[in-house]
Amino acid sequence: MNVKEIFDTMDYGPAPEDAGPAMDWLDTHNRKFGHFIDGAFTKPGKIFDTQNPARGEVLAKISQGTQKDVDAAVAAARKAQPKWAKLSGFERARYLYAIARALQKHSRLFAVLETLDNGKPIRESRDIDIPLAQRHFYHHAGFAQLMASELPDRAPLGVCGQVIPWNFPLLMLAWKIAPALAMGNTVVLKPAEYTPLTALLFAEICAKVGLPKGVVNIVTGDGATGERIVEADVDKVAFTGSTSVGRRIREATAGSGKSLTLELGGKSPYIVFDDADLDSAVEGLVDAIWFNQGQVCCAGSRLLVQEGIAETFYAKLKARMDGLRIGDPLDKCIDIGAIIDPVQLETISALVANNSDGEIYQAGPAPAGCFYPPTLITGLTTSAKLMQEEIFGPVLVSTTFRTPAEVVEVANNTRYGLAATVWTENINLALDIAPKLVSGIVWINATNLMDAAAGFGGVRESGFGREGGWEGLSSYTKPKKQIKAPAQVKPFTGDGASGSPIDRTAKLYIGGKQARPDGGYSQMIYGPKGHALGEVSLANRKDIRNAVEAAQGAKGWSKTTGHLRAQILYYVAENLAARQDEFAARLKNMTGKSGMAEVQASLEALFTFAAWADKYDGQVHGVPIRGVALAMKEPVGVIGALCDDAAPLLGFVKPMAAAIAMGNRAVMVASEPFPLAATDLMQVLETSDVLAGVVNILTGSHGELAPHLAAHNDVDAVWSISSTPLANQIETASTGNLKRTWITNEPSDADLLRAATEVKNIWVPYGE
Amino acid sequence: MEKTASETRLPQLVAEHPPRNPGMALDLDWVARVQANTSAIERRAKTLPGRRSVKKAHQAAWLLKAVSCIDLTTLSGDDTVGRVQRLCAKARQPVREDILEPLGMSGLTTGAVCVYHDMIAPAIDALQGSGIPVAAVSTGFPAGLSPLHLRIAEIEESVKAGAAEIDIVISRRHVLTQDWQALYEEMRAFRDACGDAHVKAILATGELGSLRNVARASLVCMMAGADFIKTSTGKESVNATLPVSLVMIRAIRDYLDATGYHVGYKPAGGISKAKDALIYLSLMKDELGVRWCQPDLFRFGASSLLGDIERQLEHHLTGAYSANHRHAMG
Repeated sequence: MNVKEIFDTMDYGPAPEDAGPAMDWLDTHNRKFGHFIDGAFTKPGKIFDTQNPARGEVLAKISQGTQKDVDAAVAAARKAQPKWAKLSGFERARYLYAIARALQKHSRLFAVLETLDNGKPIRESRDIDIPLAQRHFYHHAGFAQLMASELPDRAPLGVCGQVIPWNFPLLMLAWKIAPALAMGNTVVLKPAEYTPLTALLFAEICAKVGLPKGVVNIVTGDGATGERIVEADVDKVAFTGSTSVGRRIREATAGSGKSLTLELGGKSPYIVFDDADLDSAVEGLVDAIWFNQGQVCCAGSRLLVQEGIAETFYAKLKARMDGLRIGDPLDKCIDIGAIIDPVQLETISALVANNSDGEIYQAGPAPAGCFYPPTLITGLTTSAKLMQEEIFGPVLVSTTFRTPAEVVEVANNTRYGLAATVWTENINLALDIAPKLVSGIVWINATNLMDAAAGFGGVRESGFGREGGWEGLSSYTKPKKQIKAPAQVKPFTGDGASGSPIDRTAKLYIGGKQARPDGGYSQMIYGPKGHALGEVSLANRKDIRNAVEAAQGAKGWSKTTGHLRAQILYYVAENLAARQDEFAARLKNMTGKSGMAEVQASLEALFTFAAWADKYDGQVHGVPIRGVALAMKEPVGVIGALCDDAAPLLGFVKPMAAAIAMGNRAVMVASEPFPLAATDLMQVLETSDVLAGVVNILTGSHGELAPHLAAHNDVDAVWSISSTPLANQIETASTGNLKRTWITNEPSDADLLRAATEVKNIWVPYGE
Repeated sequence: MEKTASETRLPQLVAEHPPRNPGMALDLDWVARVQANTSAIERRAKTLPGRRSVKKAHQAAWLLKAVSCIDLTTLSGDDTVGRVQRLCAKARQPVREDILEPLGMSGLTTGAVCVYHDMIAPAIDALQGSGIPVAAVSTGFPAGLSPLHLRIAEIEESVKAGAAEIDIVISRRHVLTQDWQALYEEMRAFRDACGDAHVKAILATGELGSLRNVARASLVCMMAGADFIKTSTGKESVNATLPVSLVMIRAIRDYLDATGYHVGYKPAGGISKAKDALIYLSLMKDELGVRWCQPDLFRFGASSLLGDIERQLEHHLTGAYSANHRHAMG
C-alpha cells in the first residue's frame, strides 16, 4: 500500500521489534545450552528444542536435566549456602541490587527473548514482565538489607528447589529467586521446558555481576527434571503451575520436612455491578483475560455481571473484542500473541468446542498457527463445566447475578481462590464485598495489578504461601530457634479400677454440646501410678465430620470483632482461673508433675491471644500506584489441630486461643495420652460465652484421626503439634483441597498467629 | 491558472457526511447514570501509547491525516490581518510541495483555520477558493461570562461574517453546580444561533473538576445538538489530555449507540508532537472506528503541532532528521 492508500484506510501496518540482538545472543551460545551450575554453564547433554510458538521455529537446543545434573546443582547450592547466609544483609542487598541493575540495562534483550520464546506480545514483555522482574529484585535488595533488624528471629531455610511455569518466565523466576536470595537461601531453579531462554540469560547476568558460585543454579528440562528437583535434598520446594502438578508435589514432599509453597490455578471472578464505569470495566477485561493470551493464573476468567446491565455490557465488550489485534507478538501494535504451544492450543480449542452451553462470541479470525481468538461465552450457569474449570486461554465465561449477596455466593462457588475483581463506583459496596470474597487478592476497579511490595498468592486449591511483600518472606525463612521433635509421649497403663465414687465419662464436645462418640467406644486413662482416672471417648471419622460441620456452621465467629473475641478469651481465662486448683490437680493426677505452673501458663496464653485478638493488624503496602494495597489479615477458616501430648492443658489452650482469637473455628484433638484436662475444659468453655461450634473437642488416637481431618475438604488447615509423627499422613491426605498443613512443636506466639491468618491483598486505586 | 474550489478535490475530503446531530430531549436519568472511574481511565490512557505503533509509510500517511485534521489556530490579542494571512497561506500549503508530491498528497490542506470574530473576514479572503472552512471562537471566548444575549449575538455576527464553524464555550458553572438543565438550554440556544454553521462545544475540561463531570457535560452538550465536543480553549492551565479524551470519546460512542448520530471530537491545546498526534488518531480509531479519523469528525486544535509533523515527514522521505527553518512558518 502506498501512502495515499493508507491515508484512506488508516491501517496500522507492521511495526516489528528487531529480533536481531536476541538472535545474536543465541548465536553466541551456538544456539545450544547446558545448565548453569556452580557459576558456569555445563556442556549440553541430551537436548530438546525450544521454539518460537508464533512461527513454529526452533530457537535453541536445551539440555534435559538428569539426576546427575540436579544432584550437582543441589550440591553446589548446598555448598554455597552457609557462606551466602553469613554475608551481611547489606552485602546480599548489593548483589540483588546489581542483578536488578543488570536486568534494567539489558531490558530490551530480555523482553525480545521472552517474546520470542513465549509468544506474548512485546508490549507485555517490555512494559510489564521485565519491569516487574526488575522491581522484584530492587525491592528484595531492600528486604535483604532489613532482614537482620526487622526479622531477627528468622533464619534462611537453606537450599530451595524452585519450579516455574512458562507463562511469565522471567517474572516467575524473579518472584522465586529474589526472596530466596534476600533471606540467605541458595536456589536450584528449573524454568519451564517451553521457555528456558530468559532464565539462561539471567544465569549469565548472575555470573557477570559476580554472584558467588552456587547461589543461583539453573537446571533446564521437562517435568521429569522438575520431579528430581522436588525429590532432591532441598529444604524447600516452591512451585508455580497447575493445581494437578501442585497436588503431586504435595504428595511427593509429604513427610519430608521440606517447606512448601504452591501458587496454582484459578478461575477468578470478575464482578461488574450496575453502577460501575462500564467502559473502564470492559477495558479491565482486556487486561484480565486477554493479557498474555489468558494464560495467567490470576486471570479474571469468570465474568459476573449484574442482570440489569448485562446486555449493555456484553455489547460494549464484544465491540472492544473486535478491536483487539491478534498476530505476530514481536509487532509493537499487537494485543494478543501466540498460545504457548500447539498442545495448549488444542486443549483450549477442545474445551470450547466441547461446550454446548450458552452463546459463544469470537473476535477474529485468528491467524493460522498457534493462535486462538478472544472468546466470550455468555449465558452460562454456575454448573457449566467452563464456569468451573480453568481454561488457561483467552476465553471468558460469563453469567449474571441479581444482588451483592448473590454475587458473593457465585464468586465463591469454586475450588479456587486466587484473585477477584470488583467494579463499582460505590465505596461501601466495594469494601463490603472485598473481604467476603474467598481469594488471596482483590482488585477494586482494576485488575491484574502486581507489585513486589504486595503479596501474591491464593487460598483453597489455588495454593498456599505468598510471593512479594513482608508476608512473602515467611515462605523463605524459618524460626531461628529450631526445636527438635519430641519423642512420642506414651500413656500410662494401669489395672482398670476406677477410684472415682461416681462414674464420670468425658464425652466429645461438638457444636457446643457434649456428645457421645459415634462409634460407641471409650478408653480408660491411667495416672502414672496406674490409677484409673476416667474414661474418654474414642472419636472416629464421623465425629470429625460432625465437628467440622459444627465448626463450619459457626461462620458468624469469623465476622465478630477482635474486641468481642478478646472479651470472650478473657472470660475463658476468668472461668479457668476460678477452677485453677482443680485443673492443677487434674494435671498432676495425669502426668505426675505439678500442674499449677501449666495452668498459670495457660491463663497467660489466653491473655496473650486475647491481647492479640484486636491488635494483629494488617498492613498498607506501598505499591507504586495512586492507591493502596490493604494487606488484611483474615482467619484461615476451620482449623483442625492435633494438640501437644506433653502439655495436656497448655498444649490445648495455646493453639485454640490463637486460632479463635484470629476468628477461626477449631476442631481440637486433645493430647492423646492425657486428654482429661481438655475434656474438663468443656465446662469452662460452656460457661464463657464461646459460641457453639467455635471450639470442638475430640479425643482419641491422633494417628487414626489425623488422616481423616487432613482429608476433609471443608477443613482449611491442619496443625499437628502431636508427638505422634504425623507429617507424612497429614500432608499426603491434605491434597484433596490443598489445605494448609503445619507440623510443628512448641510453636511461638508469632508462629501461631501467622498460621492462624491468611493475608489478603485488596488493591484500591483511587482518584477523582 | 488557479483552480476553483469545485475543481479541486482536496485529498482529505470524505465522500459522504453522516447526518448532522439534531440533538434530543434532555435525559437526566441517562446523565445521572454516567460514570467515569478516574484511575482506570488514566491506566488505559497511560498504556495506550505502548499498545499502538505506526511505522514508515504508515506513519507518513497517519501524519498527513493528522495535518488534514488540524484546525490551524491563532487566538491572540495581537492578531492582525497580516498574521492571519500568513496562517491561511500555511493552511493552504501546510507541508512543502516537494514533500507532498512524492507521497501523492498534493493539495492537502489543514482541516480549518480558527480565529477570533474580527479575523473571520481576512481569513475568508485569504482562503478564497481553497475550500478550507473558517472557524471562529465565540460566546465570550475563553471565559464565556459575558451576557447571554451578547454571546448569542456574537455567534450570529460570526455566522453572518461567513464562519462555517463556531467554537462556543460552555458556562463551566452549570457543570460545577450540576445544573444540567441550564447547560442544555444554553447549548441549545447556541446551536440555534449557529444555523447551518457547525457548532463545537468547548467544555474547558481543565475547569470541570472531575472526569465524571466531563462525561456528563459531554453528553448534555450532545443532547443539545453539538456537532463537535472540544476539550479546551487552550487558555486553561490543563488542556487536552488522553484521559479527558478517552472520557469524551466514550461519551460520543454512547451517544452514537443510543441515537445513531455522529458527533465529532476536537482535542485542543497541549498537542505539539507528531507522536502525540499518532496516539490521538489511534485512540479515535480504536475507540470509535476509522470513520472518526476524518476531518469532518475529528480535529486537532493546535498551532505548533504542524511544525513537528513537517519535520517528521521530511525525515521519512530523506532519512535525515529535519530542522525547523527548512519548513515555512505559519
